Amino acid sequence: MDISQFTQCSPTAWRIEPTSRMHVPAIIFATESLIRDMDHKVYEQITNLAMLPGIVQAAYAMPDAHWGYGFPIGGVAAFDPDAGGVVSAGGVGFDISCGVRNLLTGLTREDIYPVQKQLADLLYYKIPAGVGSTGPLRLNGDEMNAMLRGGARWAVERGYGRAADLERIEEYGCMAGAEPHEVSEHAKKRQHDEMGTLGSGNHYLEVQQVTRVYAPDIAQSFGLKEGDVVVSIHCGSRGLGHQIGTEFMRSMALAAGQYGIELPDRELACAPINSPVGQRYLGAMRAAINCALANRQILTHRVREAFSDLFPSADLKLLYDVSHNTCKLETHEIDGRQRHLFVHRKGATRAFGPGHTELPDSFKATGQPVLIGGTMGTASYILAGTQTSETRAFSSACHGAGRAMSRHQATRQWHGREVIDELAARGILIRSPSSRGVAEEAPGTYKDVTAVVDAADAAGLARTVARLEPMIVVKG
Amino acid sequence: MGVRGIASTKAEAFAQAALALTAVITQPNTIEPLEQITITAEAPDDELLLVDFLNALIFEMATRKMLFSRFEVNIADGRLTARAWGEHTDVARHQPAVEVKGATYTQLHVGKRDGLWTAQCVVDV
Repeated sequence: MDISQFTQCSPTAWRIEPTSRMHVPAIIFATESLIRDMDHKVYEQITNLAMLPGIVQAAYAMPDAHWGYGFPIGGVAAFDPDAGGVVSAGGVGFDISCGVRNLLTGLTREDIYPVQKQLADLLYYKIPAGVGSTGPLRLNGDEMNAMLRGGARWAVERGYGRAADLERIEEYGCMAGAEPHEVSEHAKKRQHDEMGTLGSGNHYLEVQQVTRVYAPDIAQSFGLKEGDVVVSIHCGSRGLGHQIGTEFMRSMALAAGQYGIELPDRELACAPINSPVGQRYLGAMRAAINCALANRQILTHRVREAFSDLFPSADLKLLYDVSHNTCKLETHEIDGRQRHLFVHRKGATRAFGPGHTELPDSFKATGQPVLIGGTMGTASYILAGTQTSETRAFSSACHGAGRAMSRHQATRQWHGREVIDELAARGILIRSPSSRGVAEEAPGTYKDVTAVVDAADAAGLARTVARLEPMIVVKG
Repeated sequence: MGVRGIASTKAEAFAQAALALTAVITQPNTIEPLEQITITAEAPDDELLLVDFLNALIFEMATRKMLFSRFEVNIADGRLTARAWGEHTDVARHQPAVEVKGATYTQLHVGKRDGLWTAQCVVDV
């Protein structure tokens, strides 16, 4: 993008002054280099976002922002229901509550090396991945509704994981306000056999080694040190969430006119929070959040089973589970006043800082872990929310690297087999049912995740704690 | 990923867009047209009709675990009836790269220019 369109507020904050129909300014957190590389659509989408009714303070974009559907991916916006604020299905996205969870294994990379291939095969066997894969559960109507109300708590009650996991999940594993009756039969049907599946595309399960620690005190508190092995799971609410997104985007696009909302882009389909459509969406979207939390909980159970086969005394503890496609009711201080706002994070991670009342005691001193997914050949990062997070973008940070090229371009440049062999030579074992899927997810198709994380750190969105590099990757 | 169908009729452009949707997932020529399903959709305008059609197809692929390679579309008075032929997903043979989550309103366009219809949108994967 052309940086002359912005007012530079700091080396990592760029402001677009409100013009014409914008109610608030737009602010992008990024280095000059990242801004220059961003698609111009980010500019267009972030300014469109600033035009929505009831938006508070500013429309924000994170350092990994790229062209999305209405909202930019990496977009953050908060709306006040008492000021005509809206909720947007596009502002949450199709993969509701897509997120990352990280498990501490208590093992070191030296423990993994002798059994790395066996562990890769075992995880690939245990974790249903890829198009058309099905999970171990079939939920009838009552159980489906119980899952949609209970989230990870439901899964733990059914024997998937332990009660101690729940405080290590945002919302303590159960999103309040879920309304299963607002979830269509189509959405439930799409989820019928998908519980406990990883999905495809950019979703993954990785066994990773900690290769660098940046904040030793926080890392120690999180239970991380160099050479440790962790497991990261990246996936979302599967077909159920996709169907809810599809259906409500249509309902909101058709209803916007009734509420006098002039959409700058049909993809920004939204409805007033206090409208029937808005309330129905919130009930369904929260149910989808619970679906994602339950799904990642079931996958966690399967990972523990795999590890216990090879490491009978291993105790895999949950570090944290974060969602990066959500809309949540939160309290934020605006101009010295506490306000209850609906915060959309589309491809952005919540980053509550130290002392935040909604965090469990274990993170009160450190701030919450912020889990950033990378590529199968580079790195992922663990960050922590800071005291400055709240003053930047409603305590939000980036979520990943962001694609640098299309899937089509990727398949012209790489072949899956070559990518798998090249990574194997570097000690990274890939397991995937689709060679083309691997090519489309080749490390070179993504932006530099380290540059994104460095920018988030420099902008005060979150603090870098540790770098993780993959040893085993299961891709859909 | 974007999908675009171009043809001499609107209905055929929709059918080509559906084929492009399949190509996002796999090589269409690996799919045998062994089973037929019927899809119906109704919308207030052509663009919403395209999104509804593709989303109905995505739903059928997800719940039937099928892939489709041949499409026949009829459109009249905002109502669409389509027949799609395909087979159950065979991961080893089809090597499906990615599942499509939904058709979006991004780059959504249905229109006629120089005698040819275009039906296109971006799909989320």
